[in-house]
Amino acid sequence: MPYHPALVAPMREEMTHMGARELTTSAEVDAAIGDQKGTMLVFVNSVCGCAAGNARPALRLALQHGSRPQQVVTVFAGQDVDATARARQYFADYQPSSPSMALLRDGEVVHFVHRHQIEGRSPQSVAADLTAAFDRHFAAAV
Amino acid sequence: MSGHVFHPGHQELHGVTVVLETHGARTYVGRFDSQDERGVHMHDVGVHDAAAAAASKEEFLRRCDKFGIRPEHRDLLVPADDVASITRLVDALR
Repeated sequence: MPYHPALVAPMREEMTHMGARELTTSAEVDAAIGDQKGTMLVFVNSVCGCAAGNARPALRLALQHGSRPQQVVTVFAGQDVDATARARQYFADYQPSSPSMALLRDGEVVHFVHRHQIEGRSPQSVAADLTAAFDRHFAAAV
Repeated sequence: MSGHVFHPGHQELHGVTVVLETHGARTYVGRFDSQDERGVHMHDVGVHDAAAAAASKEEFLRRCDKFGIRPEHRDLLVPADDVASITRLVDALR
């Protein structure tokens, strides 16, 4: 059951303030990810305090790096259920978890960050892994 | 398998993805919920059975790390007597 919108509003705003575009419907997901060109990061947001509470600041830090995805979009697991399910179809080889992040290049997943790779780690540590992935997969596209 | 091993009584792993090794052939990977006198409560748990699986436990863990955990049990209680060790998945892979 989704949480009250007021409770999750700050978690949504944290994403949009760093430049992420929210996708709240399946149609919005298809428009953004379907036939996607260039580089993109899809952030699966979550109310989970122990993991998402570090994942969002980690992404904000990582986006200050020189190489970064051309687009950042976000769906909210447990809140925008249809949009999240649709987004996960684009990275169906990966088991769903939230928070998580998929790095796409021309629609193909080139890197995936699962919840278990975020749990218990500092935002700086997760950001370091993300920027390494940006350098590896996105550097030429910036 | 290296990494810090947590012992009974610790609840600091709540919500964390762990590898639970048993005294038998089975290894469980999933989110730790809690531990009490009955055993360890976990969620969204994948299972490796060394007696039946084609892939080694190490391959199973590496696949869990790369592609995530394919849950076979939404909720699982591993009896206390069966628990040999509990380690964070990220530590188990080091």
